[in-house]
Amino acid sequence: MEHYLSLFVRAVFIENLALAFFLGMCTFLAVSQKIKTAFGLGVAVIVVLGISVPVNNLVFHLLLAPGALSWAGFPEADLSFLGFLTYIGVIAALVQILEMTLDKFFPALYNALGIFLPLITVNCAIFGAVAFMVERDYNFGESVVFGIGSGVGWALAITLLAGIREKLKYADIPAGLRGLGSTFLVVGLMGLGFMSFSGVSL
Amino acid sequence: MANAKEIKTVLFGPVFANNPIALQVLGICSALAVTTKMDTALVMCFALTFVVAFSNLFISMIRNHIPSSVRIIVQMTIIASLVIVVDQFLKAFAFDLSKQLSVFVGLIITNCIVMGRAEAYAMKNSPGMSFLDGIGNGLGYSVVLLVVAFIRELGGSGSLFGVQIMPLLSEGGWYQPMGFLLIAPSAFIIIGLFIWVLRAYRPEQVEKA
Repeated sequence: MEHYLSLFVRAVFIENLALAFFLGMCTFLAVSQKIKTAFGLGVAVIVVLGISVPVNNLVFHLLLAPGALSWAGFPEADLSFLGFLTYIGVIAALVQILEMTLDKFFPALYNALGIFLPLITVNCAIFGAVAFMVERDYNFGESVVFGIGSGVGWALAITLLAGIREKLKYADIPAGLRGLGSTFLVVGLMGLGFMSFSGVSL
Repeated sequence: MANAKEIKTVLFGPVFANNPIALQVLGICSALAVTTKMDTALVMCFALTFVVAFSNLFISMIRNHIPSSVRIIVQMTIIASLVIVVDQFLKAFAFDLSKQLSVFVGLIITNCIVMGRAEAYAMKNSPGMSFLDGIGNGLGYSVVLLVVAFIRELGGSGSLFGVQIMPLLSEGGWYQPMGFLLIAPSAFIIIGLFIWVLRAYRPEQVEKA
């Protein structure tokens, strides 16, 4: 239990996907104008990460890892070179299924999250988290915790950034720094702030 | 056939006038994490330029045969296959570098520059021009990446491409390295300042308040 808790804290704060690994930056910078939309996107990312990391973990361990196909009579097969293609396909398919399920059974939730879901397929945060999961060789339980944890971290970062940017609207910023430039500086400072968590361990 | 002037715009436009990172906010996901050293940054530049140029070429070649409803999947498949080629190549011939780049080579798949160019340019233009557009955008990305990596490696560890330029204090030299440049947040701040400089020269890129 303690192991999972510490993995969760690490994924949320210390190895924050957005601020320590720069993942999902394109959407991170583009959709952080308003707290409300940023929060919606954040929740959508948590959901997709929480599902797609464990599913890809199963796909990797049951189909792609060296020797994983021994149940089908191919003990020497090593399909791990197909990894990237498979993960991106699984993520795209999952997002599509999630979108249709929400549309059918939870229309209210669909209306809130719907517009963000297609954006998420090409969000590097999802793919990056899946790639990290494979590289660090997490087992199934760890991958669930890691998926949700890194999603929460990403959502936290984008909501905080949106809050800061809403206030920044009233600031008198030098012309060349307006918009993108100042956002980069703010994200840099936020990253510094998050680095202070690096000593924390449970 | 396109004339020389058009080729020049397509090839060099993205480097300064229409830089994919500084102006269009595309593809920074991977741009920042690999810039603590010049050699990883350079490999990343080659990898991305290769992928974006060839994905543009191939997508443009079959653009009239792709049904628009499944075009994203087709583009993804082509891009992912190219990235697998690059990744396997690096694993075979530059294993150390490929370990250092870890997941970031794979992340070229979701790099918005590649998808963005495929969608915005290759779907509408001839294969030759799309190829050049890919190279141009790869160069634009490389310029930013190499500038950031230059500042970070020179300031952070006093070396370039692993060769010591300024001898460090800890090894009997005179240079006290700036540790800040080696940690993640510095990359954001350098890019922020880079955008500021670029926009000071090109005021038409300034965003409305």
